[in-house]
Amino acid sequence: MPSIADILAAHKEKEGPLLPILHDVQKAFGHVSEDAMREIASALNLTRAEVYGVVSFYHDFRKEAEARPVLKLCRAEACKARGVEALVPIADNQSRVKVEAIYCLGLCAVGPSAMVGDQVYARLDNTKFKTLLEAM
Amino acid sequence: MTVRISDDAVAVACGADEVAATFLAAGVAVERVSSWGMQWLEPLVDIDGVGYGPVSVDQVSDIINGKASSLGRIEDHPFIANQTRLTFSRAGKTRPLSLDDYYASEGWLGLAKAREMGTQATIDTVMTSGLRGRGGAGFPAGIKWQTVARADADQKYIVCNADEGDSATFADRMVMEGDPFMLIEGMAIAGFAVGANKGYVYIRSEYPHAIAKMEAAIKLAAHLIAPFVVEVRVGAGAYVCGEETSLLNSLEGKRGEVRAKPPLPALEGLFGKPTIVNNVLTLAAVPWILTHGGDAYAAFGAGRSKGTMPIQIAGNVKHGGLYEVAFGITLDELVNDIGGGTASGRPIRCVQVGGPLGAYIPPAQFDLPLDYEAFAAADALVGHAGITVFDDTVDMAQMARFAMEFCAIESCGKCTPCRLGSTRGVETIDQIIAGKNVEENLALIADLSETMKFGSLCALGGFTPYPVMSAIKHFPEDFR
Repeated sequence: MPSIADILAAHKEKEGPLLPILHDVQKAFGHVSEDAMREIASALNLTRAEVYGVVSFYHDFRKEAEARPVLKLCRAEACKARGVEALVPIADNQSRVKVEAIYCLGLCAVGPSAMVGDQVYARLDNTKFKTLLEAM
Repeated sequence: MTVRISDDAVAVACGADEVAATFLAAGVAVERVSSWGMQWLEPLVDIDGVGYGPVSVDQVSDIINGKASSLGRIEDHPFIANQTRLTFSRAGKTRPLSLDDYYASEGWLGLAKAREMGTQATIDTVMTSGLRGRGGAGFPAGIKWQTVARADADQKYIVCNADEGDSATFADRMVMEGDPFMLIEGMAIAGFAVGANKGYVYIRSEYPHAIAKMEAAIKLAAHLIAPFVVEVRVGAGAYVCGEETSLLNSLEGKRGEVRAKPPLPALEGLFGKPTIVNNVLTLAAVPWILTHGGDAYAAFGAGRSKGTMPIQIAGNVKHGGLYEVAFGITLDELVNDIGGGTASGRPIRCVQVGGPLGAYIPPAQFDLPLDYEAFAAADALVGHAGITVFDDTVDMAQMARFAMEFCAIESCGKCTPCRLGSTRGVETIDQIIAGKNVEENLALIADLSETMKFGSLCALGGFTPYPVMSAIKHFPEDFR
């Protein structure tokens, strides 16, 4: 696993490197910790408040790691039109998988759709959605 | 026998990888190509131009043995045959990361033409084409380019806005996943025309396939576009970063807060330098325009909406997908004739055009032609030309509430009408849904919408009133 210092070094030559750095830290550690923010701020000559402000602004960055597997379920208009809201009770009736709302995966004619990691799933119905959750 | 199967995100999400693996296991050669854009047929299998779809793993042996019934020739399918595909001319036909396929289909001709005719003639060609920003605002691309070209600076940038966050839009994703070299060529032409040597593609993190394809394509094409350099930057789940000034802040490593304009990004954009910010579809249209000429592009379209628009038909629709056609086509043709009505078979209640900030339009207005000015006159938006179809089970009060809720979730917080107005909007619509002081609360929503529309810094707060007020106007029975 790379260290924060490795990640900082990898982005040394970039203009405006903060988001690429945070993405790599999030990917490597599952979250961006207080310590990581301190180290990043010091390396980029930013205040901790500035780094914290960026981390808290974007939905992709977590300040604490999520222990459970995460499924992102599209709840935007096109998936609503195709019945995603009927799947929500299935998500609510279990706690093993963290089901988060996401707004659009660009699969808008074949929804309801979901993403796990970089894998995408479409045409979900009750059965498919349950199977997907159970397989995680 | 070689079968061609798309590897774009829709095909993959519908099981294309498993279908491709089954063909391979049976000893059949498989080529992974871009998607034709007929999404209800994915995974679509193409054998010598004849289509089969949607194909499941257990149909593979029948297809190999010639026992499966086909869709006929894909190019003759009415969904494809009636389109005018300029930007999507390669869709379904080429391997996305094959430079050979790209060369063999007019690839790099636009860039060569630009280099041959010079910078000002390149800008003039874009000006003549009448190309307008495809991201939603519809600003003439040529004028933006001219402004950046005339600006005096040691560094200029080309920024491609690939933060396609609107529901019902996927044309940008299809360009990046299916024809990435075309976008790179468009950016290189823009860089040449205005004197910028660096380009960024800002892609949303919800598009991992597009990110991977663009990064691979940039490596393959680096020597062809030099001295111009392109870099991918990945968004972080903030819808508002599709707004150009918010996107620039995000690229600089800041919170994606909207900047007040002026100064225009064309003069003070990324890191304070003159910057072209254009949508994927705008830049992707440029190679065709340079290759075939500005007049050829302007010959398509209606009124001041020139050229073609890749329209995305989505939601509860039978035949959903990518439909590129000249401006001027009506909603009725798009939704009923081409889309085939709802997927559920129930009557259409309404469509939403232009994403979460676009108006809901009832069937009574389906004679509206797709045209920036005609839509504006009807209090609606063309936006990125995504159409979401809803059947008669939709509750429009819930959709109006969702519009406000979405604005509250995604507001950058910089301006008060958007930040506070959206939350108060949700609360007030909740009161209406609960039947409390309905008339007073509806009047309050109308007043709040005015404030958001005219007082917000950007389109997020400014356009959220479109879906809210159009729902109330056209479907009052859902609110009382």
